Amino acid sequence: MITIMVITDVANDKDRTFAEVLTNKNYMNIKSTFLFILGLFGFLISCESGGNIKSDNDVATNKSNIVLKGQSKVEDGVSAQNILQIAMSSEAHTTLVAGVQATGLEDVLANNGPLTVFAPTNPAFDKLPQGTLENLLKPENLQTLKTIILYHAAPGTYKKSLLKDGQKLYMATGDYLHVERSEDEVFVNGSKILTTFEGTNGIIHVIDDVFLPVKK
Amino acid sequence: MKYINKIKSVLTLIVIALIVAGISSCGQQAKDTDAFRKGALSSDVASRVYVAPGEYDEFYAFVSGGFSGQLAVYGLPSGRLLRVIPVFSVDPEKAYGFSEETKPMLETSFGFQPWDDAHHPELSQTDGSTDGRWCFINGNNTPRVARIDLTTFETAEIIEIPNSGGNHSSPFTTENTEYVVAGTRFSVPYPQQDVAINTYADKFKGMLSFIKVNPESGLMNIEFQVLLPAFDYDLAHSGKGKSHGWTFFTSYNTEKASTLLEVGASQNDKDFIAAINWKKAEEYLAQGKGHDVPANYKHNVYDEATHMATSNQMNTVKVLLPEECPGLVYFLPTPKSPHGIDVDPTGEYIVGNGKLSADLTVHSFTNMIAAIDNKEYDTIIEGIPVLKFEKVLAGTVKAAGLGPLHTEFDGRGNGYTSFFISSEIVKWKVGTWEVLDRVSTYYSIGHLMIPGGDSKNPQGKYMVAMNKITKDRYLPTGPEVTQSAQLFDITGDKMELLLDFPTIGEPHYAQGISADRIVSKSKKIYKLEENNHPYAAKSEDATQVVRDGKDVHVYMTMIRSHFSPDNIEGIKVGDKVYFHVTNLEQDYDVPHGFSVMGFENAEILVMPGQTETITWIPSRVGVYPFYCTDFCSALHQEMQGYIRVSAANSSTELKWSLGE
Repeated sequence: MITIMVITDVANDKDRTFAEVLTNKNYMNIKSTFLFILGLFGFLISCESGGNIKSDNDVATNKSNIVLKGQSKVEDGVSAQNILQIAMSSEAHTTLVAGVQATGLEDVLANNGPLTVFAPTNPAFDKLPQGTLENLLKPENLQTLKTIILYHAAPGTYKKSLLKDGQKLYMATGDYLHVERSEDEVFVNGSKILTTFEGTNGIIHVIDDVFLPVKK
Repeated sequence: MKYINKIKSVLTLIVIALIVAGISSCGQQAKDTDAFRKGALSSDVASRVYVAPGEYDEFYAFVSGGFSGQLAVYGLPSGRLLRVIPVFSVDPEKAYGFSEETKPMLETSFGFQPWDDAHHPELSQTDGSTDGRWCFINGNNTPRVARIDLTTFETAEIIEIPNSGGNHSSPFTTENTEYVVAGTRFSVPYPQQDVAINTYADKFKGMLSFIKVNPESGLMNIEFQVLLPAFDYDLAHSGKGKSHGWTFFTSYNTEKASTLLEVGASQNDKDFIAAINWKKAEEYLAQGKGHDVPANYKHNVYDEATHMATSNQMNTVKVLLPEECPGLVYFLPTPKSPHGIDVDPTGEYIVGNGKLSADLTVHSFTNMIAAIDNKEYDTIIEGIPVLKFEKVLAGTVKAAGLGPLHTEFDGRGNGYTSFFISSEIVKWKVGTWEVLDRVSTYYSIGHLMIPGGDSKNPQGKYMVAMNKITKDRYLPTGPEVTQSAQLFDITGDKMELLLDFPTIGEPHYAQGISADRIVSKSKKIYKLEENNHPYAAKSEDATQVVRDGKDVHVYMTMIRSHFSPDNIEGIKVGDKVYFHVTNLEQDYDVPHGFSVMGFENAEILVMPGQTETITWIPSRVGVYPFYCTDFCSALHQEMQGYIRVSAANSSTELKWSLGE
């Protein structure tokens, strides 16, 4: 198994909103041609078996009055913020949050954890080739989007001070991220940790790259 | 630079495009469970869990109280709490651990332990089916295994496990209850000694214990222990059918970290399942290969005839060393800190739930035996062959959820696995590894239970999810809120949530059994003529008060609605008064209680035909009332007496009476 982090400087419109991405009809034309020609590179993400996006009713709407709302919907008014709530309150992470919501991962990020999430900013998503996001948000691709998001989450509380040079971080997908440290600067798969938030159920390290898991 | 950037861009495109293309061929996606559930839930689920007043539940559920140290008994499907059985903790309801008769049950080599952490109930089995004789449960903190007698629903025996630290992978049974097992979660120095913690990798060991269970009496003894490397042995299950004779233990921390395990124990791609051939162990023991090793542990047994427990000091244990016993132990590499290990009803498939993995790893017993026969070893660790992963693997349930913990089976070819991080249960098909259904739990499930779901013959009608977190699921009760069990109907293609109910302590794991396997054996009273308690008074004529120095023994009886004697004089400050109280009733469900004002100890609750003893050291002169604490009759309020306490140097005559 290999993992790579994709560093990209594909210029994209930084002002593009998630909604605009969703409505962009021109996606992956020439690029998908590239795909088949260059498929011989042999990178392939694994195909995962079915039914993986949550399909439970999210809210209390059934005749037996069984309440089916997940942990992300719990509001107590006093608890400190969890990872999900921190992400949702961050203007820089609206794209990530939209992906989390589309893939039904809210409850995972609100559960007891502990998780360490490397949270790509909106500009990080903007670095992806045009059309990528809207493709990933198609119903048939949500599982891949979910995998990509989970590739940014590690079970455990990896405070920045605990991240050591040469360390491997085991991610929720089963892949590893690689840590490099240069004094106070910490890089994960080459991407610098810009800032860190501590949530009740884990840690958010803000990065400005999107990591893509690739399985051989 | 521009050139490099272009390459980067192209590479990016390739990767992303491949990802998107790759999944688009995957086909099967989110199923139409929404529509189904809306339909199912619109039916009246309440009627399916309603057990009319006076009717019986169909199943017993024995649900661990976790950190309460107790075992709760519920009826299914109603979720009604029937009884809380004290096991590893003192209990103010039943005087367990307070009465002189039960205090020895909580003795350990560290002294009296009033509270421990109980995790895994395990019902005894005959030919792979739950037989309703005993329920075993592990004490986690000070390593012990208890046996509960299911005729009385009382703790009958507790055995301490030496050379162990954190008895977590326990007390899972073999298919005829030949053994229950006790694997150490925390490796400890072997022998226990004063060493630097950073010598962990060299000085520490992990011990797996096999406790033999007498098929008639149920009495336990540690038949042998197997010395293994210093990993954390997490859970266990024994083989069945074709794999009968083997027991499988998961391990994590094969990195041998001794600090910050949340980082250090997640480094290896694979940890191990330890497969122990216990029939082979019996051969080696017969050959004298067991080392008699000094050990210090207690074996506490409650005698139903005397109504008394005794605590016995044990001083030795037999240890087998894998280096000296080829074929005794093999390691099966299993990805990412496997937690639960569960063997399907056929005994062929061994499911290791890598709790940090998204996948379930399923090994094949047939493959394992072939790999052993062909010596398909990756390496050998401390005399233990590590089998090649790909040679034992049967299949993988792919990307089923996040944080897989435990699997149970329904007997219809399906596995059900709990996922903590994604808070759900996933149903999958044994053999094809296809995900069939998923349901959320509310919230944060640990174990799940299907009656007989870890045996050869599951009774797959209901499934219980045991949740660690409830937050807003019930009326708030301050910062500490109840944990919960959730009941599902699993008879259809889709799992269906019927009910959730609060539990005591932490509902860590549970066992279920159809009620008919227990009901007819349940004891109603203790026969007075069989009461061999040395201080029993089996009639009012036999009651007396006997002074022996400062010790005063009161042989007391109770029957509706008086004590005999009910007037006692001649007790002095500083005496140690033993009230040996016999309940003369021979009538189902008529216990009596007893307590004296100023007791520093507790009350006692005495079943019909039983004798219990409670001690009292009076500290002040005066006349003190005692009374029945369990409502017994219309004249319960009249069921009282007085005991007079005189000064230590007084000459008050010792006397006792009733109705004078």
